[in-house]
Amino acid sequence: MGIIVYLIPVALLLGGIGLGAFIWAVKSGQFDDPDGAAARILLDEEDKPLQ
Amino acid sequence: MSVSAPLPHGCPSGLTPPSHEPSLSHLSAFVREVQGTKKLDLSIRGATCANCLGKIERSVSDLPGMQSVRLNLSSGHLAVAWQGDLAPESITETIQALGYGVSVHSEDGGEVARKREERSLLIAMAVAGFAAANIMLLSVSVWGGHSEMGETTRQGFHLISGLIALPVVLFSGRHFFLSAFHALKAGHVNMDVPISLAISLAFFTSVWETIRGGPHAYFDACVMLLFFLLIGRFLDARLRRRAYSAAHGLAALQNQSVTRIGPQGTKPVKAEDIAAGDTILLAPGERAVIDMRITEGCSDIDESLVSGESLPRQATSGQIVYSGSVNLGNALKGHALAAASDSLLADISRLLQAGEQRRSTYRKIADKAVSIYVPFVHLTALAAFTGWIIIGAPIRDAILIAVSTLIITCPCALALAAPVTQIVAASRLFREGVFLRSGDALERLAAADHIVFDKTGTLTLGEPMWAETPEARHHLKAAARLARASRHPLSRALTKAAGPGDIANDIREFPGLGLICETPAGEHRLGSAEWVQTDQALLHEGPLLWYSAPGLSPIPFLFRDELRADATDTVAALKASGYDAEILSGDRAAAVERTSKALGIDRWAAAVSPQDKATRLEDLRHQGKRVLMVGDGLNDAGALSLAHASLAPGGAMDVSQAAADAVFQSSLSSVPAILRIAKRARRTLLQNFALAALYNFIAVPIAVTGHVTPLIAAIAMSASSLIVTLNALRLRA
Repeated sequence: MGIIVYLIPVALLLGGIGLGAFIWAVKSGQFDDPDGAAARILLDEEDKPLQ
Repeated sequence: MSVSAPLPHGCPSGLTPPSHEPSLSHLSAFVREVQGTKKLDLSIRGATCANCLGKIERSVSDLPGMQSVRLNLSSGHLAVAWQGDLAPESITETIQALGYGVSVHSEDGGEVARKREERSLLIAMAVAGFAAANIMLLSVSVWGGHSEMGETTRQGFHLISGLIALPVVLFSGRHFFLSAFHALKAGHVNMDVPISLAISLAFFTSVWETIRGGPHAYFDACVMLLFFLLIGRFLDARLRRRAYSAAHGLAALQNQSVTRIGPQGTKPVKAEDIAAGDTILLAPGERAVIDMRITEGCSDIDESLVSGESLPRQATSGQIVYSGSVNLGNALKGHALAAASDSLLADISRLLQAGEQRRSTYRKIADKAVSIYVPFVHLTALAAFTGWIIIGAPIRDAILIAVSTLIITCPCALALAAPVTQIVAASRLFREGVFLRSGDALERLAAADHIVFDKTGTLTLGEPMWAETPEARHHLKAAARLARASRHPLSRALTKAAGPGDIANDIREFPGLGLICETPAGEHRLGSAEWVQTDQALLHEGPLLWYSAPGLSPIPFLFRDELRADATDTVAALKASGYDAEILSGDRAAAVERTSKALGIDRWAAAVSPQDKATRLEDLRHQGKRVLMVGDGLNDAGALSLAHASLAPGGAMDVSQAAADAVFQSSLSSVPAILRIAKRARRTLLQNFALAALYNFIAVPIAVTGHVTPLIAAIAMSASSLIVTLNALRLRA
């Protein structure tokens, strides 16, 4: 049972990283324009030929 | 800059009709300049798909000196930054040429605050969800291992749960604590008071139990409650933000500049800087922002937005041009009658605000449920506590039972019942092409029993259509060569009927009369009967144009404002469902009478001003009627916001769309469909409250008799929340 002393903090840490990533995404405006983000993948940007 | 084939006009998906709006001028007052980079924020209307986004961004980027162009498709906000001397008008003209509506973007404080609130609720919800999942893992071990788990391990698990719960309760719970505190300070009770009480009592009891080494800790219940409640709160905030405020739309319309003629010459200034008595200039094609008395010039004025009158009026010096009118002909000079804040637009804006306030006093079904619920729960908990003391239980047990009663009756299901139903109904309506502006609009729509229609643009198409006659068909092409030079609605209708073609040279337009084009062979004229000097009498009730050419007796072109194709069926269906109908229109009596006869509506009023519309709605309200207003013009905006519930068609003025509870994109036949869905949504909402009540009916006796364990609390809370959510999802079918 001693292993849970390590496992619980590790699980919390991993979950916490995910939560942190989500909060970062919300705060940096990733969710500000969901319609636009969905539409932008359909736009064909004209690729410039490699020099 | 490359010139390629012309892009299709408006949204290529055909979802939104292309916009034809008067051009914006003198945008320089709104350009911000930082270190040589000029920035401008615009609001785009009508952009709905990837193609719109690509078209707008690419076309604007092609303008010289553009640095960045970014369109937010969800909000319609376009941020542009450029260097050099590019005139800001060329940006808006580029967008208008693509067929989209554009105005200066005004970021008012309310919009920013709502956005911040939604964001902070989303983060609070995520934090509570994370904590709930982790604490539940620990709690499941405690419940599952109650016979084998040692007391120290259990206490350790409770301790870890408590350590996770403490920051989460403070962080995510602050939304409820603050709101409850403000409510109590103001001397009334809202839903957040029992919520805060339950959460904090559950937390402190659990801390106490953990320290004592007791078997039951409610950390999981406490955080799960927060999670469920925040889901409801977030959905509600999101729906409300989408329903952006009516005043905001009007502000965008007003956010324009005016050309002032001062001693130093002509200069564009912001509308709010104009004082009464200033001399101002109204350029051709421009929309008046300020009421003015004309001192110089003569032109046709399109007042369809202000009065609902479908045909333009000729205005000469001494007459008043109201804000919201569009100048169709020549430049007009005049004195400002009042500052922008006193103009007709501002008056309508105030009517809108009055309506908004009226609506905020409307008591939602949810509010009524809470007002019964709060005292009930508190009294039950108090009764349980005193009851157990009286029959001799230790104080500790009595407190635990009272707290578990509060936790298990905490209004999870009640808090989810309304937002979930509204969200599901809103997305159902969205699939039918209806945009809901607020969640509680559904309740008001469901309660409506009397329908007031606007005529022009709502029951009719709102623009004159050429009524084909064989004689006129023969001369259509020739007449259209003149008509293309004019902004007059009849000329535009003629142009539309004729299709693309060339324009005659040297056309002059005489306001109120018509167009003339002189050729070596003689004069071509298009205009009123007086203009072509004919005295033929015609039996035609709608507007008409005369065309004369050398060696040709004048030919009449007839026009009609046609009924929408489904207007008759819709009105009949509504009457069959027991709704009363009436028409309030700003148009002439003859036109209104014809429409109401065609539709079988007995009650109608013509030449009604925006104020009169509002008064009529007040009268109906005093008669105890719940009025549904359906209208599209700026003259309807005040009435739309004062009515018990309101609908606007997709082609309506922005302001009217913002003032209405819902906007329907497709045909008029959406109206009965919307009312049907609203009624179903109300029924589901009531069912949900009944389910929540039933849940309490079962849960309270279990809690009061002291049989609730954290496991039972967790199952009961999740089950009740799940049941109301599933019930709401039935609306999708």
